[in-house]
Amino acid sequence: MGARRLAEMQVEVTVFATLRKYLPDLPVGGSKYIKVDPGATPADLIQILGLPADEVKIVIRNHVITELDEIVEDGDRIAFAPAIAGG
Amino acid sequence: MTRKIVRINMSNQKATYEDVPKKWAKWGGRGMTSAIVFEEIPPTCHPLGPNNKVVIAPGWVTGTPAAPSSGRTSFGGKSPLTGTIKESNAGGLSGQKIAKLGLAAIILEGTPAKDQWYYLVITKDGVEFKDASDLMGKGMYEIDEILWKDYPKTAVIGIGQAGEMKLSNAGISVNDPENKPGRYAGRGGLGAVLGARGIKAIVIDDAGGPGVDIANKELFEKGRKNLTEAIQEHALTKKDGGLNAYGTDVLMNIVNEAGGLPTRNFSAGQFEGAAKISGEAIAEVVEKRDGKGMTGHGCHPGCIIQCSNIYPDESGEALVSCLEYETAWALGANCGIDNLDIIARMTRECNDLGLDTIEAGNSIAIAMEGGLLEFGDAEGALKLFNEIRNKTPMGRILGQGVEATAKAFGVHRVPTVKGQSMPAYEPRAIKGIGVTYATSTMGADHTSGYTIAPEIAGVSGKLDPLTDEGKADLSLAFQASTAFIDSSGYCLFIAFPILDIQTGFEGMVDTVAGVMGIDLTGDDAIALGKEVLKMERLFNERAGFTKEDDRLPEFMRYEKLPPHDVVWSMTDEELDKVFAWVHED
Ligand code: SF4
Repeated sequence: MGARRLAEMQVEVTVFATLRKYLPDLPVGGSKYIKVDPGATPADLIQILGLPADEVKIVIRNHVITELDEIVEDGDRIAFAPAIAGG
Repeated sequence: MTRKIVRINMSNQKATYEDVPKKWAKWGGRGMTSAIVFEEIPPTCHPLGPNNKVVIAPGWVTGTPAAPSSGRTSFGGKSPLTGTIKESNAGGLSGQKIAKLGLAAIILEGTPAKDQWYYLVITKDGVEFKDASDLMGKGMYEIDEILWKDYPKTAVIGIGQAGEMKLSNAGISVNDPENKPGRYAGRGGLGAVLGARGIKAIVIDDAGGPGVDIANKELFEKGRKNLTEAIQEHALTKKDGGLNAYGTDVLMNIVNEAGGLPTRNFSAGQFEGAAKISGEAIAEVVEKRDGKGMTGHGCHPGCIIQCSNIYPDESGEALVSCLEYETAWALGANCGIDNLDIIARMTRECNDLGLDTIEAGNSIAIAMEGGLLEFGDAEGALKLFNEIRNKTPMGRILGQGVEATAKAFGVHRVPTVKGQSMPAYEPRAIKGIGVTYATSTMGADHTSGYTIAPEIAGVSGKLDPLTDEGKADLSLAFQASTAFIDSSGYCLFIAFPILDIQTGFEGMVDTVAGVMGIDLTGDDAIALGKEVLKMERLFNERAGFTKEDDRLPEFMRYEKLPPHDVVWSMTDEELDKVFAWVHED
């Protein structure tokens, strides 16, 4: 008590393809908002969401492909995908 | 058994068999078709005139027992769409059967008397020329069915009405294991060149054929094992991995998320309806309708990746195979259409009429931009295929592809290179693929140098899609290795596991060396790929193409693409580096 709480942030998250089974409540194309502490990275989000880290191959932050250790900011949209490619 | 070439002259309906001459002995697949086109077709000939040919070749390992995902067939000629050399390859049943007949290539040349149409039946005993009058005016679904009545379980290669009309967007169909059309050598209009030979269909019956010789069985077996393991291990190609579970349309959501999904005739990089037409949505429809639909379908026997699908209609009956990423994008996002059922129906129309789905979707998008109908008008777009079926002037314009349609409708946002329209990756947002589009010997084509692997998919390294640096070298490396894989008969999708898993790459090279009885290392593979590119490049030069043709359309330099608000910024000097070696080596 008395200590100032760090401001909480909210980020939007979504998952694609074979990662969808870990967030079964999300409809195709759906996303959800989660609260995270400042300084959180996509790697932290993976933990919070319960995604198996070794299956996450692509992280896209606000439409830009990014790294696992990049610090996310309030209001960001973060998408996770497994290995994908095709024609 | 030495491999043979069968030369089929349509002027006098005679077929002759030749041993593969020494100069072509090392080639298969794309290397074979491009070597023959390079040598035998005058580069300046009219693509629909008497001097063009269609060359068909199975890959090096096609038809061998159990080489995984290796049943591809290459089709080559001079393209009526681009005026360049063309190699377009397809899955389906044809490659393995041609190879098992002991054939390294089929060369179709000459022109029969006016209005004479044939279908050919190629067996171990030779080539029969049959009157095709009863097949004329029919689409590929009917053609495949009719021909299987007399020739069950054969491969059927054919053209729909588009090829009969010699439209520049006419593809060549190959039937799949269920005898449905849909495995297309789609790009570049080679269906029109087959039509110009007076050929409606080709039946390939390999019964009693000699099969494919394997010079070094031990090496082949070792390679086959390593390659198979790599495919089965890689997250993308393994059973229930991305491609197997969702098909190539697994890309839709991700490319959209990255802002590189061409939308409404290349005016934006994101489509609000992307999720509705994604691989995930297809898988959901297949599951919900619980009928004949399926994911994890193989386009030919022996494919262990099985990226294909069968899309079911509302009652669960099979509607079309295959609904892939390029198709869902071209007829969907790029036309502003998010109705998967109608996209599937349009795909069926393309497969029936014999049209490349990419060029068809892009042509409709251009017509939408030109005011023929609104973006997003799914029913209206579907009806346009009747114009082609009914051979109306409108249908003929649309069937000529994007550039003809753009001229007819006064549109200047024309996403083509060398006359061929771009596929489903925005080059302003994914720069490496732009280099491939600009410099490929085929016109705008993603498969000829798939830099998407490192730029988006994180396969074979990781590169920022939005920067120009290093992309010229990257594109060349991919173009060279692709020319090698396209020669092998393997599906290009084996590239992903072999780029990431070294033993898989070595295994693939070993299978080729094992079949051909040659020494081959990974470095040789790239050198062979470059040799193929060089022939193609020189053909194009002799056809009148210069480095000024290796450019993206002007609007991409000044129209900013949302959401990244980027333009195409690659310098011409960078682009010119890609093929500078052709005249230096
Ligand atoms: S991976 Fe797909 S396209 Fe390639 S051979 Fe298999 S089913 Fe055909």
